[in-house]
Amino acid sequence: MNFYLVLIINAIFINNFILSQFLGICPFLGVSRKTETALGMGFAVIFVMGIASAITYAVNLLLIEFNVQYLQTIVFILVIAALVQLVEMVIKKFSPSLYSALGVYLPLITTNCAVLGVAIMNVSIFENTSLLISFLNGVASGAGFTLAILILAGIREKLERSTIPEPFKGFPITLICAGIMSMAFAAFSGMTF
Amino acid sequence: MNKKIDVLKNGIIKNNPTFRLVLGTCPTLAVTTSAMNGLSMGLATMFVLVCSNVLISLLRSIIPDKVRIPAYILVIATFVIMVEMIMKAFLPDLYSALGLFISLIVVNCIILARAESFANSNTVGLAALDGISMGIGFTLALTLMGFVRELLGAGAITLGSLSLKIPVISDAAMTIFILPAGGFFVFGFLMVIFNVLVNKAEQRKNHKLKEERAEQ
Repeated sequence: MNFYLVLIINAIFINNFILSQFLGICPFLGVSRKTETALGMGFAVIFVMGIASAITYAVNLLLIEFNVQYLQTIVFILVIAALVQLVEMVIKKFSPSLYSALGVYLPLITTNCAVLGVAIMNVSIFENTSLLISFLNGVASGAGFTLAILILAGIREKLERSTIPEPFKGFPITLICAGIMSMAFAAFSGMTF
Repeated sequence: MNKKIDVLKNGIIKNNPTFRLVLGTCPTLAVTTSAMNGLSMGLATMFVLVCSNVLISLLRSIIPDKVRIPAYILVIATFVIMVEMIMKAFLPDLYSALGLFISLIVVNCIILARAESFANSNTVGLAALDGISMGIGFTLALTLMGFVRELLGAGAITLGSLSLKIPVISDAAMTIFILPAGGFFVFGFLMVIFNVLVNKAEQRKNHKLKEERAEQ
C-alpha cells in the first residue's frame, strides 16, 4: 500500500511531468489561457494517459514475446493514435456533453509527448512493473500535468489585467512564470520516504 | 532560385521554430543542460526532419488525404527508430544523456507541422531545403540555450573530452540554471531578446520604406 502512495506522490509532486521532466510543454503553454479550458485539457490527458499506460504495458509484453523491442516507439505511437481516435468516438456516442467539453483537445493529445513519454517510462524505468503500477503511474502523472496547467492558467488570468513590457507579452512572461512555479516545485525534490 | 534562398532563410530567423513558432518546446527545455547535448539533439532532429520531409514530399500524391496524419507519423517514427538504433550502437554515452527524448522526436511538433504545412504541397528539393533550414534554426536555438545554461550554471563549456573553464563565472556558478527552473527562465529571456531584435529590424525596414516613399 505504502509503495502505491509513494508512487502517486512521486508522479504528482516530486517528478512533476511538466515542471521537472519537461514533458507536455506544448499544451501547457498553448491551452493555459483560461482555467476552464485548462481543466478540460487536464481531464482529457488524465483519461488518455491512464488508458494508454495500461494498453501499452500489455502491448510491450507482446513485443517482448516476439523479441522485437526495437519497434517500441512506432508501435506505441500507433496504439496511442488509435486509442485517442477510439476514445473520441466512444465519448461522442455516450456522452455528448463531455465530448463538447473536451472537444478540440482530444485529437491534440496524440502529439502530446507526455502520453508517449509515460508509456515508454512505464516499461523502461520501473523494474518490477505491473499493469496496476503502469495504470496508476499514468493517472498520477496526468494529475500532475493537470495541477501544473491549472496553476499556470490561474496565473495567466491575473496577468491579463496587469501591464507587461511589450517584448515580454505572450510566451516569454508565461515561461518566466512557469520557471518560478518550477522553483517552488523543486522544493519537493528533497523529499524521501 | 530566389524561392530556394527564401525557403532556406525562412527557418533560421524569420520563422525560427523555437523562438518564433514556439514548436518542439519539450526537448528545447529538457536536453539543453549543456551546449553539447543541445547540439546533438538538434542534429538528430534535423536528420529526421530532412528525411521525413523528403519522403513525404515524394509520397504526397500517393498518400490518401484522409489517412495522411497516421501515414506521416509512421514515416517519422521509422526515421526516429533509425536514429535511436544508430545512437545506441555508436554513441552510447550520448544516448543515455538524451534518454527518453530521442524516442520523443516522434511527437516533436516541428516535424509534423512541416510535413503538414510544407512537404505535403511542395517539390522534393524545396522540402529538403525547408527541412535543412528548420533543422538549422532548431539546432542553433538548442545550442544557444545549452550554451547559456552551461555557462551560467556550471561555469565551464564541455565539448567532448575538451573542457573550457570560464574564469570569473566558474567561481560563482549558479546551479539553478542547470535545474528545470533555469530552463524556463533562459528560454523566456532568450525569447524576449529575439523579439526585441526582430522588432527593431522590422522597424528599421519600415522606416527605410517610408523614407524611400517620401523621396519619390
